[in-house]
Amino acid sequence: MQSNYSGERSSEIELRLLIEAIYLKYSYDFRDYSGASIKRRVAHALSQFECNTISALQEKVLHDPMAFMQLLQLLTIPVSEMFRDPSHFLAIRREVVPLLKTYPSIKIWIAGCSTGEEVYSMAILLREEGLLERTIIYATDINPRSLEKAKQGIFSMENVRTYTSNYQQAGGKRSFADYYTAAYGYAIFDKSLCENITFADHSLATDSVFSETQLISCRNVLIYFNKNLQDRAFGLFHESLCHRGFLVLGSKETPDFSAFGSQFEPLVKQERIYRKS
Amino acid sequence: MNSATGLPSIEAIVIGASAGGVEALLNILSPLRVGFVLPIIVVLHLPEERRSHLAEVFARRVALPVLEAADKTPVVAGTLYFAAPGYHLSVELDRSFSLSLEERVHHSRPAIDYLFQSAADAYGPTLAAVLLTGANRDGAEGMSQVQRRGGLTIVQDPDDAQVATMPQAALDRVQPDHILPIRGIGRLLVELERIAC
Repeated sequence: MQSNYSGERSSEIELRLLIEAIYLKYSYDFRDYSGASIKRRVAHALSQFECNTISALQEKVLHDPMAFMQLLQLLTIPVSEMFRDPSHFLAIRREVVPLLKTYPSIKIWIAGCSTGEEVYSMAILLREEGLLERTIIYATDINPRSLEKAKQGIFSMENVRTYTSNYQQAGGKRSFADYYTAAYGYAIFDKSLCENITFADHSLATDSVFSETQLISCRNVLIYFNKNLQDRAFGLFHESLCHRGFLVLGSKETPDFSAFGSQFEPLVKQERIYRKS
Repeated sequence: MNSATGLPSIEAIVIGASAGGVEALLNILSPLRVGFVLPIIVVLHLPEERRSHLAEVFARRVALPVLEAADKTPVVAGTLYFAAPGYHLSVELDRSFSLSLEERVHHSRPAIDYLFQSAADAYGPTLAAVLLTGANRDGAEGMSQVQRRGGLTIVQDPDDAQVATMPQAALDRVQPDHILPIRGIGRLLVELERIAC
């Protein structure tokens, strides 16, 4: 049993070394990510790369940038859907949009936008509320391949049935099919939705604030961060948001336990919609 | 290890259950007395769309404080935690909870495997893991990790389980420390807690 136990310890050392090597070589900083999830992602990568040890994987990614780019796809979690948690989007429509309408121009930051599902959801909502034309959306992520996919706005038809039902429950005013063209099993979303969207590489772990914003949406990103990194992210959001700006989070995320707990007040607590206080 | 009983000194209990799990859990947890000191962390599979009232249902029937495990909050002694529906639940090395939206495991999110594996890393030989009734194979891999880390493994006797598939899958994978009917599992948890005090 003892030798087994020390064997496990070695893999924890190897994991830390891999994360450090990735940071030093490629400037991607996973050092303050939640450990349990990262450990599972790396274990999954070991089988994908056919490596027996994390050290072997480290050697591979240090000397081969293409291999690193493949690993990055496994380390980031591209699980997303349009209008996920419909009641959240309904609450944005009812509680946030009337206040957003008071601004002559609006800047929105979607942090950790992954493959774009949240971005298109927000753009559709804004169009229906007559706000899209005077809004600039910054959609950021650390994964260039996800950003590329987000820019294309092409999603598998398999998921569109779920998205359609979500859209309707989220207070959608039209037919969801108005927003895409179906072809070869894919839904190609209306390009005009993207006219005011800037897709950009940005890391909540290493980069700083780039613009003042009225609303920030960062959903199901912070759960992958430890407390330190969550604090950093909340700090960036606080700095970027205008006076009384809006912060919207994933259904299990809250600023309450962070160093910025008192700097955000709930507007619709159940739907994780907060305002800078 | 307690020399009189041969039982180890435990710091946390994790429980996995699926089909038939609510009844099994109530049978184990409702007899526990006020002041039970060990934290108990539960993954119970439910249809994802349903908003979970597990914490409320169990709060009425169990003497311990009952909470949905919240991201980045510490595991507190004497508390019964349920995993939030739709999210995987892990225990970090610093013994705080973390949530994630990785792919489903055995069609399940939360997955018993992920809770058990991460808790095994966090608690090592001071973890007790209990696998109950269910209709899939979730938890077998997690049980094996708990055992590798020296934790105590307890599987519900498939003959006693409402659905035998899940406990049987674990028995095909590991030889647990205890194979017991529900009643025996309840008694064992009380005994483990007595030793831990």
